[in-house]
Amino acid sequence: MSAFDVVIGLEVHAELNTNTKIFCSCKNEFGADPNKNTCPVCTGMPGALPIINRKAVELCIKAGLCFGCKIADYAVMERKNYFYPDLSKAYQISQMVHPLCEGGSVKLDSGKEVRLNRIHLEEDAGKLTHISKSVGTLVDYNRGGTPLIEIVTEPDFETAEEVDDFLKKVREALVFANVAECKMEEGGMRCDVNLSLKPKGSPVFGTRTEMKNLNSFKSVTRAIEYEIKRQAEVLGSGERVIQETRKWSDDKGKNTAMRSKEQAQDYRYFPDPDILPIEVDLADVLRIKGEMPMLPVERREMYQTKFGLPAYDAGILTSSKYISDYFKKCVSFYDAPKKISNWILTDLLKLVKEEEVFEFPIAEQPLAEIIKMVDEKKINKTVGLQLLDQVAQTGKDPMTLAKELGLLTTISEEQITTLLQAFKDSNPKAVEDYKKEPQRVIGFIVGYVMKNTAGKANGELVKSLIAKLFG
Amino acid sequence: MTDFTQLTVKELVEGIKTQKFTSEDVVSFYISQCEKKKDLNAVLEIFYDAIEKAKEVDSKIAQGQTLGKLAGVPIIVKDNILNKGKKMTCASKFMQDFVSPYSATIVKKLEAEGAIIIARANMDEFAMGGSCENSAYGPCKNAIDPTCVSGGSSGGSAVAVAADLAPIAIGTDTGGSVRQPSSFNGVVGIKPTYGAISRFGLVAFASSTDQAGPITKTVEDNEYVFDIMAGKDENDQTSIELKRAETKPTYKLGLCKQLAQSIKQSASSTYFEKAVEKLKQKGFEFVEVDVPHIESCLPCYYVLTPAEATSNLARFDGVKYTTRATDAKTLEDVYIKSRSEGFGKEVKRRIILGNFVLSSGYFDAYYNKARKLQTWLGQEFDDAFADCDAIITPTTPYTAFKLGEKANDPISMYLEDLFTVPASIAGVPAISIPYATAENGLPLGLQVIGKKHSEHLLYDVAKKIKEA
Repeated sequence: MSAFDVVIGLEVHAELNTNTKIFCSCKNEFGADPNKNTCPVCTGMPGALPIINRKAVELCIKAGLCFGCKIADYAVMERKNYFYPDLSKAYQISQMVHPLCEGGSVKLDSGKEVRLNRIHLEEDAGKLTHISKSVGTLVDYNRGGTPLIEIVTEPDFETAEEVDDFLKKVREALVFANVAECKMEEGGMRCDVNLSLKPKGSPVFGTRTEMKNLNSFKSVTRAIEYEIKRQAEVLGSGERVIQETRKWSDDKGKNTAMRSKEQAQDYRYFPDPDILPIEVDLADVLRIKGEMPMLPVERREMYQTKFGLPAYDAGILTSSKYISDYFKKCVSFYDAPKKISNWILTDLLKLVKEEEVFEFPIAEQPLAEIIKMVDEKKINKTVGLQLLDQVAQTGKDPMTLAKELGLLTTISEEQITTLLQAFKDSNPKAVEDYKKEPQRVIGFIVGYVMKNTAGKANGELVKSLIAKLFG
Repeated sequence: MTDFTQLTVKELVEGIKTQKFTSEDVVSFYISQCEKKKDLNAVLEIFYDAIEKAKEVDSKIAQGQTLGKLAGVPIIVKDNILNKGKKMTCASKFMQDFVSPYSATIVKKLEAEGAIIIARANMDEFAMGGSCENSAYGPCKNAIDPTCVSGGSSGGSAVAVAADLAPIAIGTDTGGSVRQPSSFNGVVGIKPTYGAISRFGLVAFASSTDQAGPITKTVEDNEYVFDIMAGKDENDQTSIELKRAETKPTYKLGLCKQLAQSIKQSASSTYFEKAVEKLKQKGFEFVEVDVPHIESCLPCYYVLTPAEATSNLARFDGVKYTTRATDAKTLEDVYIKSRSEGFGKEVKRRIILGNFVLSSGYFDAYYNKARKLQTWLGQEFDDAFADCDAIITPTTPYTAFKLGEKANDPISMYLEDLFTVPASIAGVPAISIPYATAENGLPLGLQVIGKKHSEHLLYDVAKKIKEA
């Protein structure tokens, strides 16, 4: 294996987060009854004409802005002609010569920059379901006309890990910017992998193969690792790699040849005469830029500089738009970023486990209030966590609930002092021991106070008074 | 009983409105005309529910309701225009069972004004052809001489008006398909500015030059119907707002230098020259104008339109609504056998041509070059219209030819379009009006070409020419 350099380029498709399809007003939703969301336009009825969805154009531009692409001021939709039953018009409306976004890059964790070639706008095809030989194949055009972006990279990847990191970064940014939901299990994000090997250090690329429509991070990694091994074996045995499309099977853990370049289609692209060229105003680009939320990379930086959080905290808090927004809102209610970060990282994330899509059980404002109550020693941390649970269950205001449940610390400094005085009188030995080894007996003394106050004394306060009186 | 064929559209509407006669009378009369003149093969199907619709109009009028500008008037539409719930075949065997799932914008507009569609008109299959002989349902015959072709592709529509099957018919024109049959049958037909009339619901042949247009007996009627059909449609991105060009007391007409030779060589020549002489005497001013690349329009047209047609017709694949070959076993079989059996010869010829010019390696040499030429031509026309109000040419080089005469000579058939294609390529409006009867007794049309949005000026020029 070490005799070869690996060269990988990607084409990533993501379904855009629009209410309606790209060329008609049918709903863009996943999981509807077959052919429910269809009309003459997306079923390719004769005479029907496409009207481009401005929102889809904006989202494509937004995607471009996420990765620093150059936004075109003039873009053209073209027809990609080929026959397949899931393609109602027998051409896909896509972009070829004048895409909306060109260039741009994505920075990986390793610091490496992966260059993008372009991001263009296109429509998705329908879905075929093979029933049986006697019944045949059924077509569902619900997905036909769903707006997609295709992100095309330069052949800059060398390992499956780099690809994995890239895909996660791309997904993160698209979700953050509300461009796409990237639900891979629903086909909301798919990846085509182009891969070739060349002798180590050679400036000349080898023959590449393509694996299409990989729809999970895991299968992308597995497919790449398999294909690197396969090509290395082919080349190692002195044969040549055939330029072809290979189909990856997750179940079998291997890929098989689908069609070779010789049989490849000529798509006969040409500008779609039904759709006027898209003219993008700089003012529009600036407006879209203004509407964009801060992206993960920028947020991470800001969390460290503005909020003074450690890189670890900043990393986790910006790992999803949801957590990030949640954190920021909490801070707006209670300006104690590090404390809030601690609560989220140690206590809240534990509650939602490893689910991909989740919501914290408590809203931002009550959480901020509970944290504040603990900080002000109105309750201790253990009670705080109990209160959090109660608030989550009842939806009541934390203070009201704490009062109702009698959780508030109501024992005054004087009362504690009196109790400690009484303790000293009846346990002189313990006080002597405290002076020598405070850690050994402090728990015993605190326990005494708690017992005599039904646990309502503030632990921290008790500790500080012990130090003051016995230290 | 009133002779409806002698009335203008406005007079028909007025008569129905004032209950001088009923819509039922008018519709029944024209349907009986369609039946009587069945041998012309101008209509592929009569819609008998039209009589019910006519009765509804009559009862609304009796109740004193205000109705639209075409209330109760029968109309025939070309068989490539979708009309919800009705069959539409594009005169193709492939589409023999297709029922329109929705109505074209122009059908909705006409019906909103009370028009009643009484039949669908014969045409060349998928609007490809200039004689109507490419119809899978037999050729439509010329209204004046049934041994001659009707012209095409909107042959059925033009014959319908000329033979009094309806006072109005709608055709579509991609390179002359309204104007040429109008010329062959002595009626008035317009190809409007590209985008002036919505294409939504017209089966696309070549999307960048397709335009629907009305065919009528008089210029006035034509203008009346055009105004109803035109306008921006939110379902067609390429449609444009209707603009009214200013009319003038007198006009300066352009004669294109680069067409002079072709006109001279054509059979229309002497009639055309005579007409120009007459118009000069009647006060029209004439000027020679340059449109340097006008004769390149024809090859340009036969690159661009097949390219678009190839793509537009790919959806007719035997999978969805077109007839599927019964013995197809594999998916590839479905495509190849269905399309081989379904499409006629001329359609196949253009699909192959289109695929060729779009294929990799040839794209720049043909398609891109033709597109460039199209841009130049638009500019050249603009320049020419700086010197004149409109350009006139014969609509066709010859009168209608005999059925079968050119069936095996596609090149000569394509040359029929020499004078009509330039306006299509440049996207400018052009109208054909009858102006002479040739020695063989067949009519000849005069074409008046204007700049974009000049339809109302063209109508005015046409009226003044008719008066002259």
